[in-house]
Amino acid sequence: MLSKRIIPCLDVRDGKTTKGIKFKGNIDIGDPVEMARYYYQQGADEVVFYDITASSDKRDIMIDVVHRVAGEIFIPFSVGGGVRTLDDMRRVLLAGAEKVSINSAAVRNPRLISEGAEAFGSQCIVLGMDVKKVEPSARTPSGYEIVIDGGRTYTGIDALWWAAEGERLGAGEICLNSIDADGTQQGYELKLTRLISENAGIPVIASGGAGNTDHIYEVLTQGKADAALVASITHYGTFTIRQIKEELNRRGVKVRMIW
Amino acid sequence: MIAIIDYKAGNLKSVERALTKLGFACRITPRKEEILCAERVIFPGVGAAGKAMADLKVTGLDSAIREAVLAGKPVMGICLGAQIILEKSEENDADCLSIIPGTVKRFPGDLSGNGGRLKIPHMGWNGVDLKKRHPVLEGIKPADEFYFVHSYYPSPSEEGFVLGTTDYGIRFPSIIGRNSLIAVQFHPEKSGAAGLRILKNFCTWDGHAE
Repeated sequence: MLSKRIIPCLDVRDGKTTKGIKFKGNIDIGDPVEMARYYYQQGADEVVFYDITASSDKRDIMIDVVHRVAGEIFIPFSVGGGVRTLDDMRRVLLAGAEKVSINSAAVRNPRLISEGAEAFGSQCIVLGMDVKKVEPSARTPSGYEIVIDGGRTYTGIDALWWAAEGERLGAGEICLNSIDADGTQQGYELKLTRLISENAGIPVIASGGAGNTDHIYEVLTQGKADAALVASITHYGTFTIRQIKEELNRRGVKVRMIW
Repeated sequence: MIAIIDYKAGNLKSVERALTKLGFACRITPRKEEILCAERVIFPGVGAAGKAMADLKVTGLDSAIREAVLAGKPVMGICLGAQIILEKSEENDADCLSIIPGTVKRFPGDLSGNGGRLKIPHMGWNGVDLKKRHPVLEGIKPADEFYFVHSYYPSPSEEGFVLGTTDYGIRFPSIIGRNSLIAVQFHPEKSGAAGLRILKNFCTWDGHAE
């Protein structure tokens, strides 16, 4: 049976990760290629790169990173951030990424999802959704609203509706990030994750809030997520991918073990 | 030299990169002559069966693949390349290469497992239950998992062509083979060390199944 996936997420700015892995002795690896290789060897099932490079004339640095990563790790990886056009998608995919993730750009131009799926296949297109909890209203009956621009702009779009619309347009997967839970290390937004996952016909990756292995266990069971994104919890060396997987395996969650 | 058949069905670079990492010389090529004189052939592909078959016919690569298998040359199909070697696909109702008897079927829409409804495509890591020994599968352990992305699966008409099966609500053939042809529904080039092992075995295989 299909395994639940554990996916480390690396934020990259100007070709460097913003949070390196802190090992004991405070050795800090800031090179995304080295970090990807480390996680690959640890048993990560996939890697996500999020490009937060501000200026567009430095975008080629990320393409170079993607090229180098593709020659080192032999598991799928995706790239998000700064992907706004079909041409951006093509460059990232040709450089060796398996998938591209689109977020704000898809809200502003939903045709980007359908055109991307048509050109490269649905399996390449991940719809990134940043979500905030709001009072249920006529526009947002689920009580969850899509926000863009890193959480600064409210869109008035209902998260449950957008997930279904993204799937209809051809997204192959949803990466669901709770802005409320992100960075808290207090656990994933379980209610939101379950709502989206139960109603989606495509896999849902839960993101935001992982602080310990209980949180990951909860989001993969109660939250019904197909995969869990992790960042600080592994970057700071609190847990390794292997420790997370051993714990999940012990508690009866099927995960890929490589040792 | 290993020829990776280019028929515009998806990104073939990842297969090339994996072989390069393993130290094997390979070339992505759409040319029939190059495929026929290659030592071995890899036939990848993602996308729809109908379009893939149409493209293969236009370029004459359909007969090149058949000839390579007939000549006893090691040939590996990957993903879509593990489907269109059968006779017919439910996808686009496409007539396929007929190298292995059987059809390509779509996963039923009502599969369940893991405590809920199973999503389609079948995407992610899953195990393979090996049915037969095969030189290309040497060293693969029962716990090894592989990366899958597909909505259709190969269904040979004879059990004898099935080398491995995978459970996704139903048990489906995920590795099939006949003579010097072996085909995997998953992506060995994206399946970590276990996947690289299969590619490496293939690159040194003499084409004899027993």
